[in-house]
Amino acid sequence: MVNQRTFSLGEARIGFRGRIAALDANRAGPGLEPAELERRLIELGFVEGATVELLHQGLFGRDPIAVRVAEGTIALRRREAMAIMVEAGAETEVPA
Amino acid sequence: MNASVELAPLVALVGNPNCGKTALFNALTGSRQKVANYPGVTVEKKTGRLTTPGGHAIQLLDLPGTYSLRARSPDEEITRDSVLGKLAGETAPDLIVCVADSSNLRLSLRLALELKQVGRPIVLALNMIDISRKRGIEIDAERLSRELGVPVVTSVAVRRGGTDALLAEIDRALVRMPAVATANWHAPSAGELRGSQSEADQLLRTCVRGLGRPDGGTARADAVLLHPVGGLLILLAILFVMFQAVFAWARPAMDAIAAGFALLGGLVDDGSLPDLLRSFLKDGLIAGVGSVLVFLPQILILFFFILVLEDLGYMARAAFLMDRIMGGAGLHGRAFIPLLSSFACAIPGIMATRVIDDKRDRLTTILVAPLMTCSARIPVYTLIISAFIPDREVAGFLGLQGLVMFGLYAVGIGGALGVSFIIKRIMRDSPGAPFMLELPNYKIPQARSIAVGLWTRATIFLERAGTTILSMMILIWVLASFPRPPVGATDPAINYSLAAIIGKAMEPLTLPLGFNWQINVALIPGMAAREVAVGALGTIYAIDGGEGASDKIGQVLAGQWSLATALALLAWYVFAPQCASTLAVIRRETGSWKWMAVTFFYMLALAYAAALATYQIACTLGAG
Repeated sequence: MVNQRTFSLGEARIGFRGRIAALDANRAGPGLEPAELERRLIELGFVEGATVELLHQGLFGRDPIAVRVAEGTIALRRREAMAIMVEAGAETEVPA
Repeated sequence: MNASVELAPLVALVGNPNCGKTALFNALTGSRQKVANYPGVTVEKKTGRLTTPGGHAIQLLDLPGTYSLRARSPDEEITRDSVLGKLAGETAPDLIVCVADSSNLRLSLRLALELKQVGRPIVLALNMIDISRKRGIEIDAERLSRELGVPVVTSVAVRRGGTDALLAEIDRALVRMPAVATANWHAPSAGELRGSQSEADQLLRTCVRGLGRPDGGTARADAVLLHPVGGLLILLAILFVMFQAVFAWARPAMDAIAAGFALLGGLVDDGSLPDLLRSFLKDGLIAGVGSVLVFLPQILILFFFILVLEDLGYMARAAFLMDRIMGGAGLHGRAFIPLLSSFACAIPGIMATRVIDDKRDRLTTILVAPLMTCSARIPVYTLIISAFIPDREVAGFLGLQGLVMFGLYAVGIGGALGVSFIIKRIMRDSPGAPFMLELPNYKIPQARSIAVGLWTRATIFLERAGTTILSMMILIWVLASFPRPPVGATDPAINYSLAAIIGKAMEPLTLPLGFNWQINVALIPGMAAREVAVGALGTIYAIDGGEGASDKIGQVLAGQWSLATALALLAWYVFAPQCASTLAVIRRETGSWKWMAVTFFYMLALAYAAALATYQIACTLGAG
């Protein structure tokens, strides 16, 4: 499921829309234990299949970022967002 | 043996942050609420009493917001332990009300699924249903209730009758009182979390229509408020207004309180009372209570802004905008507002650190907040600067006196950033708590909720900080008043007191700083409030004209002290833990004497080092 078209949300540009392909907490920068980071991301709604859109970013180092995940908006640093693997193109996504 | 256990059924409100839980709590209990601290932790325990329409007297518990029972912060641990009935001395709730923001159900439903596993009776309240209806979101509550297997009601905290359905359901649940199932909750693994989230997503698909459209108002507002440059400028403008308000709007009220207490002090000063009693009432009790109450206007104004911005949903945005900037010094984005408030007074600043949810980030902020130059330092700075720093211009246009003042502020800020950087190095084995928070949709703050919040803050400050601060004030009065001067003494009374004895005993320690014993003595009543040191110097040097004659004091000091001593005293004042009230509030907010002591001693060490370096360097340069 992780193919060529997937990349880290931490590297995405502002305006990016897509879908979460996988979580890979080992990719995040130093900080939380990968297993703990993964659980926290899930608790904030970052699960496989959820639509994401990068709405806003900070002035310095384009960090942190504000991401729309399904119906909610979450702010996080790019360092942690590196753990979220996304694929582009989710224009058609609307929950039935 | 449990005779003291509350007999009223305990109903706990649990929900995500920003789900409107506190507004619902305020609507249900009004001002009949009590805020205490859980033993040993800084987490607030908010309880309230109410009688339901069905005649049940219940105890309502507002638990800290959380996304999961898998606790990640002290607040969330309280929520977990309280729900599971594991808190010492507390019973498990008889009923859990899971509060969900109707327009943002996804994460709430996952939490509800997790709460079901606890095995206690549970009701799901679809809160803020008015907002979700307005946005065209239709929730099939009956079907949701059937599929989720728990009663589901709708609620609106801010409208009359908006909580009727919830209260009726609480009544039904309390009558039913089903046998408590065995709890089989355990900290979910990543796989289990995924599973419950996909179950929640499935519920959303079957029971809710009209999702997927973001809130238009929030999107438009964020386009401006979260703009990388524009957003920061707006934040600065908001902060400027806030800062201005805390300084300027509070002034008339503070002056009125100070004048009121001066008047009260004057009443006991009519000579009909014995000297000692009169001094205790006037200088100890009345001045002590006055010095606490005088902070109240600043605290109320500051918390008014904080509550409005928080309810509006802006606080999370401010943290977002400032995170990177604060992060450079090892501080969390949310530390920004408390530190800024500390320029007015460290007390409201330290109380405002409650917005920081990570325990260590909060502690770091509390520890450095007293280094920000508060308004009580200004009278001391002004006195010394105008007496010792020549009023001339440097580089053709900059006033030297203003420059020194600015420098003192800058040293304070630099000190705070430096200390937080060092604390980060010492306290953290990891690069720190991640910055991850939900940016809620904007909501219009409700006057009633703000009023209840302000009332709660004011009571906490007066009841608890008040008692500690007052007892310190009385201690300081005792030091400055005993033993009494011998009959026929010519020097001011304070020169015979314990404060003077301590001041003289300290002299060998403070001589390297250029402080004579008179300065040491003045610093002791200065512990009550920094600016009191000005009046105390006047008393010690027995200057006529009383405490108001600060020009005269300046002239006398200029004749008595060297420039090096004056500069060293300024350096001392930048860092010294010269404020008993701040220490008392640190004790209260951290719930520990340890952190109060840590603050006291690290600031003392910094102050000593700074004054020592200043004095020695100034002497070497010929200013001794």
